Amino acid sequence: MAHKSTHPDAAVNSQAEIDAEVSGIHSAYRAQRDGGGEEETNARLNFPPYRSSLLRHPTKSLHHADPEGIELYSPAFGHRDVSPVEADLTIQHNGEPIGERIIVTGRVVDGDGRPVAGQLVEMWQANAAGRYMHKRDQHPAPLDPNFTGVGRTLTGPGGEYSFTTIKPAPYPWKNHHNAWRSAHIHFSLFGTDFTQRIVTQMYFPGDPIFDLDPIYQSITDQAARDRLVATYDHSVSQHEWNTGYRWDIVLSGSNRTWAEEDEEH
Amino acid sequence: MKLTPTPAQTVGPFFGYALPYVGGAALVDRTHPGALRLHGTVYDGDGAPIPDAMIELWQPDQQGRVSQEPGSLRRDGYTFTGWGRAAVDMVGHYSFTTVEPGSMGEGRAPYFLLTVFGRGLMDRLFTRVYLPESSAALEQDSLLASVPESRRSTLLATRESGGDLRFDIHLQGELETVFLAYPNTPQVTGPVD
Repeated sequence: MAHKSTHPDAAVNSQAEIDAEVSGIHSAYRAQRDGGGEEETNARLNFPPYRSSLLRHPTKSLHHADPEGIELYSPAFGHRDVSPVEADLTIQHNGEPIGERIIVTGRVVDGDGRPVAGQLVEMWQANAAGRYMHKRDQHPAPLDPNFTGVGRTLTGPGGEYSFTTIKPAPYPWKNHHNAWRSAHIHFSLFGTDFTQRIVTQMYFPGDPIFDLDPIYQSITDQAARDRLVATYDHSVSQHEWNTGYRWDIVLSGSNRTWAEEDEEH
Repeated sequence: MKLTPTPAQTVGPFFGYALPYVGGAALVDRTHPGALRLHGTVYDGDGAPIPDAMIELWQPDQQGRVSQEPGSLRRDGYTFTGWGRAAVDMVGHYSFTTVEPGSMGEGRAPYFLLTVFGRGLMDRLFTRVYLPESSAALEQDSLLASVPESRRSTLLATRESGGDLRFDIHLQGELETVFLAYPNTPQVTGPVD
């Protein structure tokens, strides 16, 4: 077996070696599925082609817990937490950011399809040159003085959210030699109880790097991978202004008993 | 019909300019009566501290009440929202200023809830942090009772001489923290016992 360095800057393996590892894991999964095995709907915690996961994934099964008490609640966020302008990443500075202006919109629902209303959605991303506003991002692509790449909003009554931003670019990382991440936007969501908390990434349709990106490929099931890819939606595009993408997010089925009081906020 | 949840992805290394917020690690002011530090280090499978993890804390107040007061992201110095977020420092250390959670029912063991995020972690991890005292309540706790005895101590904080609570998190290894899975949450595959 090829040497698996866990150092983030090691970049010892070639893309071909990583691809072969990914492909081996995926074929084993498909064979298991064809044999009646369970469908995988989430990313694997242990996905060796993503080198940083090697020493950071738990090795013991997660322990079953029934939510009780504080686990049935989520933190409360309100309009004093989030200003409406935080949903527009293109107006946070003095000038227009460089890049393709996009709107990303969609709905946040729970496993029963009920809207998750009044909840905080946070997002962050690289700029149009593939650079984060982060001291540890040393990729020699330009920073954009008019783009920080951070947005927040609260979902509306129907669970809807919308961000105006700039399409992020792919960027290199040091997982292996010539490693590039597919363009993506990070999303953080809370839902209505502790157990619904997720952080995930939204991808753009038709990205040529999908097959080469072990973070995206850590989801072994194609249907599950597709759930992270937004759809280009021309009805969200605006004349002479922006292109539009739609991406709906499904949080885990709520464990909480649905009560009338929940509908009020 | 049940919808399939959206898969998780790593928080990545570059959340540091986006998710931490001013006062995020202080659920109460340090001068608050009963204020204490809940802190610890996050370790990987080699026992090395992780410099790019992020921890979120959920808890009831000292009386066991759950706050649903909005304002979790903008600290006003008065509202106890029961939620905080802290990035670890360069040596993997996190620290919250908070109060001890109260019991949420007669005889029930009080606990904090933590969520762990980090580069290399494809999905967040959940765990509970129990207070080391009140052994009667701890013995009755159904979750603790269901955890093999050899691993129970990974869910208990250590009381320090000044009253603070220490809770180290081990993602792997002999001291691997017990991480929790709840019904209806998407299954994660990979780990084996």
